[in-house]
Amino acid sequence: MIEAVGPIKRKFAPWDDPALKPFIRFENVTKRFGDFTAVDNLTLDIYEREFFALLGPSGCGKTTLMRMLAGFEQPTEGRILLDGKDLSGIPPYKRPANMMFQSYALFPHMTVEGNIAFGLKQEGMDATSIATRVAEMLELVKLEKFAKRKPHQLSGGQRQRVALARSLAKRPKVLLLDEPLGALDKKLREETQFELMDIQMELGMTFLIVTHDQEEAMTVSDRIAVMNHGVIAQIGTASEIYEQPASRYVADFVGDINLIDGKVTAVADGVATLRCDGVDATIVAEAGPGGIAVGAEASFAIRPEKVQIAMEPPPAGTPNVLAGEVWDIGYLGDISVYRVRLAGGSIVKATVANLTRIVERPITWEDKVFLTWPVDAGVILVK
Amino acid sequence: MNKTTSWFNVTSLVLGFAFLYVPILILMVYSFNASKLVTVWGGLSARWYVELVHDQAIIDAAWVTIRVGFLSASFATVLGTMAALVLDRYRKFHGRALFSGMVYAPLVMPEVITGLSLLLLFVAIGFDRGFWTVVIAHTTLTMCFVAVVVQSRLVTLDRSLEEAALDLGCPPVKTFFLITLPLILPGVVAGWMLAFTLSLDDLVIASFTTGPGATTLPIKIYSMVRLGVTPEINAISTILISVIAVGVIVASVLSHRSQVEKEKAERAVFLAG
Repeated sequence: MIEAVGPIKRKFAPWDDPALKPFIRFENVTKRFGDFTAVDNLTLDIYEREFFALLGPSGCGKTTLMRMLAGFEQPTEGRILLDGKDLSGIPPYKRPANMMFQSYALFPHMTVEGNIAFGLKQEGMDATSIATRVAEMLELVKLEKFAKRKPHQLSGGQRQRVALARSLAKRPKVLLLDEPLGALDKKLREETQFELMDIQMELGMTFLIVTHDQEEAMTVSDRIAVMNHGVIAQIGTASEIYEQPASRYVADFVGDINLIDGKVTAVADGVATLRCDGVDATIVAEAGPGGIAVGAEASFAIRPEKVQIAMEPPPAGTPNVLAGEVWDIGYLGDISVYRVRLAGGSIVKATVANLTRIVERPITWEDKVFLTWPVDAGVILVK
Repeated sequence: MNKTTSWFNVTSLVLGFAFLYVPILILMVYSFNASKLVTVWGGLSARWYVELVHDQAIIDAAWVTIRVGFLSASFATVLGTMAALVLDRYRKFHGRALFSGMVYAPLVMPEVITGLSLLLLFVAIGFDRGFWTVVIAHTTLTMCFVAVVVQSRLVTLDRSLEEAALDLGCPPVKTFFLITLPLILPGVVAGWMLAFTLSLDDLVIASFTTGPGATTLPIKIYSMVRLGVTPEINAISTILISVIAVGVIVASVLSHRSQVEKEKAERAVFLAG
């Protein structure tokens, strides 16, 4: 959609600057629907020009949180501040936030132009300015030729662009995106993700996206809040959440992970030793956040791509060795996934990048293999 | 559908159609009867239609009927649409079940009871019976039909369309007129037409609530029949049936055409995309 502008994305971390005031603030927000608590005493700060993602499974409260910001739901307790102003009691049509709906919600009885101009007309903008802005928006989403069409005459991807143009037309302070790319196929979705990032940078707006797709959240956003049952499980950049998950839940929800249960036998200098009777092994790894006590039940979590797989036994004294047998191989082109069955019967996944062009990989079904990883490759999380 | 005809199917079809339409067909044929006797064929003639045009009482009655139908259908459409909106939008309010039941009760209420209760009401409050009492009575009768039709349309309406309008800065009342109403318009129009038709052929409630100078066509026809059936009645009935048939055909053709166009456009997009 848009040519790449300027240099590569600079380091952007307003959340690390204690002097900076948050742009959007959820303050002890609780939302109940009858007996069901959708959002539970949640506090969250989002900064200006940030691309923020709310990530979680359906029913975790992420959409409710967004709808409260848009004004379609009222918090049962707590308040929401936008640019320092309390939003309570302000109806949706007076809030400086616009939303792109999951269903796109294009007005079927209006043309593409009419849809984009709708919000501007409500503002009382004069006809010439409206025409200019609409043309600008159509250019932004590359739909100039489709201005006179009705929504039902557009493809899914085109409708998505109209919805985006319509929600951007009023230049809102905040753009809310509710599962914006859910209906697109994978290729188009990936393209659109990058376009969204470009648009966000070009317009300098704050974007808040709700998604259950962790890849989407990781691609587009500066920070991600992983939600579960109405509370935030972890906030951080994509790499923080992926590499330093704060809990088993986050580790399991974001990306692929091997979890091995055991009991902590020693802790020293942030490194813990875990006795895993299930796989008959002792694992030495970094302790996760929150501190770990000797004797605690814990899980060792490691991403499949950080597990090294080899046919030859590693030299004696190597920490973290698991022996097993190749149970399954998934060839995905760029990588191969090996599912290795350990002595105790549990399965550990290891992925290997396919760097050479060969058809017959050296490791194959039922081979005896050894899995190893360095001490800092995984993390021990308390249950 | 591997066998195209079976005697059983053909017979049921013929019997079904005959049962429905033979009486109407006979009525229409005899409206062109030259004879004064309804059951004796005396040759083809348009004499009863000519006589009809010169019968001021019937013209007046027809005019009253149309005005009553138009006004009561319009009032019923406004009230029925409002009721449908409330029932669709406000899922939880005290007395919702009661309200919903009471809106739909007139659908199954015996007309005699509706007519009688309205008559008693008008007498009690000292409202002179005439044109306006019939309009009010017909509004009461047809409102629930409008509510049913409009509500079925509202159920299929995507709520996020209205939310999108609000989100773009459009206040609720304006949103209703700019977004909701245009989208439920087919339902509203269908409701209006249904109400109009119901009002057009209502005899029972009209006869309870009418007064001097407000004789509707069904009341007129009924009173004429009591003095003996003349081919003039056949003629006026034929006109009524024709008007309604033309209306129904036009409405269905219009809705079919818009459906076909929509499908064509969608197919074009599918092929292009």
